[in-house]
Amino acid sequence: MKIKAQLIDEAGLNRTITRLAHEILERNKGSENIVLIGMRTRGEFIAKRIHEKIKEIDKSEPPLGVLDVTLYRDDFRTRLKQPEVSVTNITFDINEKDIILIDDVLFSGRTARAALDALMDLGRPNTIQLCVLIDRGHREMPIRPDFVGKNIPTSINEEIKVKMKEIDGEDAVYLIDISED
Amino acid sequence: MSLSSKHLLGLHGVPKEDIQTILDTATTFREVLERPIKKVPTLQGKTVVNLFYESSTRTRISFELAQKRLSADTVNFSKAGSSTSKGETFKDTVKNIEAMKIDMIVVRHSSAGVPHYLTKITNANIINAGDGRHEHPTQALLDMYSIREKTGRLEGLKVCIIGDIAHSRVALSNIFGLQTMGAKVSVCGPATMIPKGIGNLGVKVYHDIDKAIAEHDVLNVLRIQLERAAGSSIPSLREYHNYFGITSERIEKNNKDVLILHPGPINRGVELSSDVADGPYQVILDQVTNGVAIRMAVLYLLGTMN
Repeated sequence: MKIKAQLIDEAGLNRTITRLAHEILERNKGSENIVLIGMRTRGEFIAKRIHEKIKEIDKSEPPLGVLDVTLYRDDFRTRLKQPEVSVTNITFDINEKDIILIDDVLFSGRTARAALDALMDLGRPNTIQLCVLIDRGHREMPIRPDFVGKNIPTSINEEIKVKMKEIDGEDAVYLIDISED
Repeated sequence: MSLSSKHLLGLHGVPKEDIQTILDTATTFREVLERPIKKVPTLQGKTVVNLFYESSTRTRISFELAQKRLSADTVNFSKAGSSTSKGETFKDTVKNIEAMKIDMIVVRHSSAGVPHYLTKITNANIINAGDGRHEHPTQALLDMYSIREKTGRLEGLKVCIIGDIAHSRVALSNIFGLQTMGAKVSVCGPATMIPKGIGNLGVKVYHDIDKAIAEHDVLNVLRIQLERAAGSSIPSLREYHNYFGITSERIEKNNKDVLILHPGPINRGVELSSDVADGPYQVILDQVTNGVAIRMAVLYLLGTMN
């Protein structure tokens, strides 16, 4: 496993998040009916950043929640390692709301699929809009993002590693080579 | 993250990390229980048999709800009305049920060791829901979860188990589990209800209830089990209540910060006075709610193991 390239640095991440916040506000004509939901683990922190940005730009504070989709995954039978579950923390009503579902990397689309099921068990939102920092392609489900930080076409032997200050000590996105040589 | 065994037979010898994992995972399911739709699709396609050779309300319903909330398919077996009355052996019954393609067995039996025997004759994951006077691990886990929820810790906590220790599987599982988690465990009861040699488990013995209340953070009060001939150990229920019953006066006199647990069903006016059973010191109904979360955690961790 080796780092091939740094795709985004700290300043770049900040600019991308600013743009995503503006796009979300533009598409939804303000923040009145939106709620932000980050997917554990990195999506949670990206959601927090976007939330702060929206506060700055729009002087409003849409509700912010965290979603854990482990219990809705489709790969329990095939995975070698048992995934760790953690707690979903959505303390507000999502009925009739426009949900901005936030994750770090969009890859196969299976996590987003699980998130849709999880959200449906919590209520009936008006819309669910998917916001990802990186779209790396290789979709296995009919899922497309509504807001994309950066499109990065990757090979299947590569991986995208998003690092966030809150848990990784730095803000950066790396392209990593996982092919065995 | 994964447990080190594919069965939950008891808490004896279960490593601290495993208990920690189960308690932490239960927090997740506690949240699921607060949702409008209290169901997740995690165990879809798994079949669980609840094999109950002994009567039970709480544990059976709790397990069944936990299974349904994880979307597993469940079948219930109870001894009454089964082919046991036609003379079929336990092993044959189990082998026949297993032949119907099941994944997990939750078992309760009046003989100690039945869950362990099941692991030898089937390939299913086995969960012990109480075997004789031996162990009742999920009860001890939900007790520990409830204690941790209220006090924020288990390490260094002083817990006293009160009542018929000799006939109690709840006591034994609590002793093993709590000690593993670093709590100090004592027992209190009339000499006839304290098994000989319990000191070898590192457990202090009390015969004075006032002293026990004063010197502990938590009291886990057991039910006097009349169906297990506990009656022969004490002269009368009234006398037991006079000497060992927990009353508001005793709590207020000795220790107002004490936390009271009871595994249910309560004999009101025997081990607990009614005002204590409904009062501010107890978490008895929280224990019941937490029981579903703990059982979901155990079913999840065993059922999704590869």
